[in-house]
Amino acid sequence: MKSIEELRAIKAKKIGDVVSRSEKGVPTINVHMGTCGIASGAREALTAILEEIETRQIKDIHVVQSGCPGMCVNEPLVTVTMPGETPYIYLKVTPDRARSIVVRHVINHQPISEWLLNRQD
Amino acid sequence: MEFYRTHVLVCAGTGCTSMDSRLLRQNLYEEIIKRGLEKEVKVIETGCFGFCNLGPIMVVYPEGTFYCQVKPQDAAQIVEEHFIKGRPVERLLYQHEKETTDVVEMENIEFFKHQKRVALHNCGLIDPENIEEYIAQDGYFALAHCLKDLTPLEVIDIIKKSGLRGRGGGGFPTGTKWEFAYKSKDDQKYVVCNADEGDPGAFMDRSILEGDPHGILEAMAIAGYAIGANQGYIYVRAEYPIAVERLKHAIKQAREYGLLGDHIFGTDFCFNIDIRLGAGAFVCGEETALLASTEGRRGEPRPRPPFPAVKGLFDKPTIINNVETFANVTKIIRNGWEWFASMGTEKSKGTKVFALAGKINNIGLIEIPMGTTLRTIIYDIGGGIPKGKKFKAAQTGGPSGGCLTEAHLDIPIDYDNLTAAGSMMGSGGLIVMDEDNCMVDIARFFLEFTQEESCGKCPPCRIGTKRMLEILDKITTGKGTPEDLDNLETLATTIKSASLCALGQTAPNPVLSTIKHFRKEYEAHIYDKKCPARVCQALLSYKIDPQKCKGCGLCARYCPAEAITGKIKEPFTIDVEKCIKCGDCITRCKFGAISKE
Amino acid sequence: MSCQCGSACKDERFVKIDQILDQNGRDESMLIQNLEQIQHFLGFLPEDVQAYLAEAMGIPLSKIYGVVTFYSLFTTEPIGKYKISICLGTACYVKGAGEIVAEFEKQLKIKVGQTTPDGRFTLAGCRCLGACGLAPVLNVNGKVFGRLTTDDVAGILAQFE
Repeated sequence: MKSIEELRAIKAKKIGDVVSRSEKGVPTINVHMGTCGIASGAREALTAILEEIETRQIKDIHVVQSGCPGMCVNEPLVTVTMPGETPYIYLKVTPDRARSIVVRHVINHQPISEWLLNRQD
Repeated sequence: MEFYRTHVLVCAGTGCTSMDSRLLRQNLYEEIIKRGLEKEVKVIETGCFGFCNLGPIMVVYPEGTFYCQVKPQDAAQIVEEHFIKGRPVERLLYQHEKETTDVVEMENIEFFKHQKRVALHNCGLIDPENIEEYIAQDGYFALAHCLKDLTPLEVIDIIKKSGLRGRGGGGFPTGTKWEFAYKSKDDQKYVVCNADEGDPGAFMDRSILEGDPHGILEAMAIAGYAIGANQGYIYVRAEYPIAVERLKHAIKQAREYGLLGDHIFGTDFCFNIDIRLGAGAFVCGEETALLASTEGRRGEPRPRPPFPAVKGLFDKPTIINNVETFANVTKIIRNGWEWFASMGTEKSKGTKVFALAGKINNIGLIEIPMGTTLRTIIYDIGGGIPKGKKFKAAQTGGPSGGCLTEAHLDIPIDYDNLTAAGSMMGSGGLIVMDEDNCMVDIARFFLEFTQEESCGKCPPCRIGTKRMLEILDKITTGKGTPEDLDNLETLATTIKSASLCALGQTAPNPVLSTIKHFRKEYEAHIYDKKCPARVCQALLSYKIDPQKCKGCGLCARYCPAEAITGKIKEPFTIDVEKCIKCGDCITRCKFGAISKE
Repeated sequence: MSCQCGSACKDERFVKIDQILDQNGRDESMLIQNLEQIQHFLGFLPEDVQAYLAEAMGIPLSKIYGVVTFYSLFTTEPIGKYKISICLGTACYVKGAGEIVAEFEKQLKIKVGQTTPDGRFTLAGCRCLGACGLAPVLNVNGKVFGRLTTDDVAGILAQFE
């Protein structure tokens, strides 16, 4: 890295990636993979999500991993963000739940309220 | 491989099959063959879409058209309109009506509402293995700003004015520490990150390293610039394999991007970071022991002064900061010291991360502004105590700290208030205990830990903690005598004042603090030979309630000590002399007739 | 399978140690990382390995022995095929890790720190695994089990029979 301009360029490009993703209407699935998440099965959930995406031949979807958001008791946690919407946070995501989330929420826009952490009561 | 321009996925799950999806499939096949499309359109059966109330379901790819409630007789129209003319059949399209599930922003969930995520900001937000995501969150801009626009002294000044204090336990002002190292004149200096998170029950550092490793690298580089060091070490526990892997990956990426290495941002500043693994010794959280261990030796502390800022790693000036401390540095540089100093209390600025665990509903990692009360943490963020049990105590500071009781629920949490309450901030473990936890047993647990982890170099700690543990063993097994409490207090005072390092100096704290707040519980163990929380096995006696006992004899059959006797269909009894208090009978009894007290 | 050609060629363990040293360097500050990798490869650190390392790194054997015995990560005894490490951190303790330990001791008929006579299981207590949200937890050769009750013990052992 020779200059701050280079750093700015990377930032602009990366933010551009994110923006173009949301403009195209690409949903993001964020699997939280800290030690406690992985120990409670985040990796299995991630695999199930990827398999389901493969089976359903879904393109234009972004699956990412990130660190622990802090609510260990509800791990594994998966955040689904549809373009322009408030993120939906799912708790205790088993592989079965993960598959349903892909099908029902991401494909069919039907969030599964009983598994939501941030449901408005 | 055959190429089909269109794939039709028809649900063959139980729900859809019961709504004639099989016939629908059959009709689709026939219509497709009738129109000679069998080489272009492929019909595939799939498993359940999980959407059974709208079945039968079918999806047409590549466009992803989603049809629902498709009747077998619709097949012809779909083939004709959609597959041949390319026009989806509108009336069968799934209407994107959202279910009436309203979600709230993450910040508005009760658990997050009272939090302020500074050190944890990126955790759970970015991909820790992708440096560009970190850069997109303004990562490495703080380093660029320091190198381009600020002198080392100005950087130190900002950290000093922010009021940041060490988050590892001691609470020493970070800027002052940096200033000492800056003033030590030497050709070689070091920056060390203490990631040897030893407090059992705390996992703040692990989460930060796993969720935002670049944040630590950037802050260490800033520290290196401020004090004039070109080499950093991260001393991290081998028990955290994921954190270690992500750190290694992050260091590699930062080197590739030229954010570590020589002439960063085209300046004269060069900085490298290496990882050193801790091999499982609590004492290595103490800074001089950590340095010894980093040098490849036994992790034994040495007397201070000289302080590491003068004579540290390989006898060179060194600063050692904890992970969470570093995690705050980049944000202070980016947002200004005024922003940071606006949070918190008079002498404790910013936020603090706590690992909330034990008897609490929302176990997890939380970050709160300094000055938040224990009540907010336990009841609002933590969601209270499970099973409606009563709050008894909260232990902070791990094996070096003490407990807070109901009386402390409303004091604002900061360094000084916690010390005044007989506990300490510590690294941020916060273990909640309810009425079922015996405080003598907890004190014994912590002392057993520090006793085991005492490095053995200085006698007050090595021998003193052993004697204290023996006394606590006596008390919890019902052999306590009246002078025990005085002896514990005398020993504790001596160990505190005579030990070489913080491990020994703080080891008696859990005992002193539980004696102070729960003296009655100790007395019940010593005088009445009773454990009020029914935890200490040796002090329990098992009893069968003759009203509830049906005389089935199940307990007697399984009793390993043959302590239970009686006639079938009449109440049984337990011989307390023979009973070994294993508790097996309680789990066997189907009528809840056996109790311990 | 050990080498059959007598003293003419080197013990294969030592060949591996040389590789590790070549990679990490022989500086004293690398001692702990070297020991860690050697133990990862051999399972434990017997005396002859320590002696070889002393020679190769130019550090007195007494010093290496001092380091090996200081840190809880290192062991000089062979351990079982499956190492059951039960977390004894505070969060786990408060949630009943002690009872889990007792149940394992009962079923395996060994104490913490011991290995079953058939060399299958080693029972160990360990420091906080940092998965307090799942307390009580344990780790068998890297696989983590959480939210344990004493009823889970038999099932866990059965998985590794």
